[in-house]
Amino acid sequence: MNGPQRFRFAVNVLPRPGILDPQGRAVEGSLVHLGLAGVSDVRVGRRIECTVEAATEAEARRTVERLAAELLANPLIEAHAIELLGAIAGAATGAAAIAAEGESSR
Amino acid sequence: MTVRVGVVVFPGSNCDADTIHALRLVGAEAVPLWHESVDLGGCAAVVLPGGFAYGDYLRAGVIARFSPVMRSVAAFAAGGGLVLGICNGFQVLAEAGLVPGALLRNRGLRFLGRDVQIIPERLDTPFTRALPDRRPLRLPIAHGEGAYFADEAALDELEAAGAVLFRYADAGGAVATADDEEANPNGSLRAIAGVIAPGGTVGGLMPHPERASEAVLGSDDGRLILRSLVEAAAERAVGTPVVVGAR
Repeated sequence: MNGPQRFRFAVNVLPRPGILDPQGRAVEGSLVHLGLAGVSDVRVGRRIECTVEAATEAEARRTVERLAAELLANPLIEAHAIELLGAIAGAATGAAAIAAEGESSR
Repeated sequence: MTVRVGVVVFPGSNCDADTIHALRLVGAEAVPLWHESVDLGGCAAVVLPGGFAYGDYLRAGVIARFSPVMRSVAAFAAGGGLVLGICNGFQVLAEAGLVPGALLRNRGLRFLGRDVQIIPERLDTPFTRALPDRRPLRLPIAHGEGAYFADEAALDELEAAGAVLFRYADAGGAVATADDEEANPNGSLRAIAGVIAPGGTVGGLMPHPERASEAVLGSDDGRLILRSLVEAAAERAVGTPVVVGAR
């Protein structure tokens, strides 16, 4: 099969180590009310998912890398990790196909 | 002559009208600049006002950074143009890399709306030149993400370069310590409330000078900051030192 392929990615963004994360601290502070012990170092970030059309997986990954570095994360304060969820077959469109592919490749 | 100062209006800006009003009080011809336009209308200075540009989605200021007007503002700044970011406008400048550092969520997580005291670090900038001395100024803050951050090495560099514009101060007028939750309520590193970029023509601060520009508002200390900007802009526009407006 030739032509562009579609890839589903997730970008996970977290505060860099050493950056004060008051949200993480607030979540951690609530654990005692849940009766949970032994949980520490809670950090709160965000996850962004997207579908990228490109000729190859490497090209798609470069696009996501740029998206992550220039927009989704501020490199001064946040680190990001890119995760390929899966390739989306043929001309399949729609959330169901994306979700199915994403789930099957995890 | 009157000097023209532009105030950028992003979707979600909510201090633009106040800022235009306050700039007019100090003698400027203040005009709104629409975010979708790349035309700065011949302004001698540009202010990015407070608010919640683009809903503060993703991170405060980051979406606004990519709006058409910001391409012009970045080019204007690169050419030595005067740019002041107030609150959300400061966040936009930081996200755009036009001023150093980043603004993190307030240490206590809560949105803070109250008065603070700040001390100018320098009186020779386009944003502080009308201040008579380094006495503390009383201005309101209104933000959820105002904790100034840069790594230790960058903070040392900022201080060495004289890039700190304002610091939060306690009731006695001394610079606040990092853990003074009363005087430095958002948890800004080294109590930094405002910075200027290398070159000295682009600056930002979290407190709102336009909300403290008339005695009836409880303080008119902010007027001195806006007057500084307008004076500096007028000087550039005509090429000779001038003092605009009466206090």
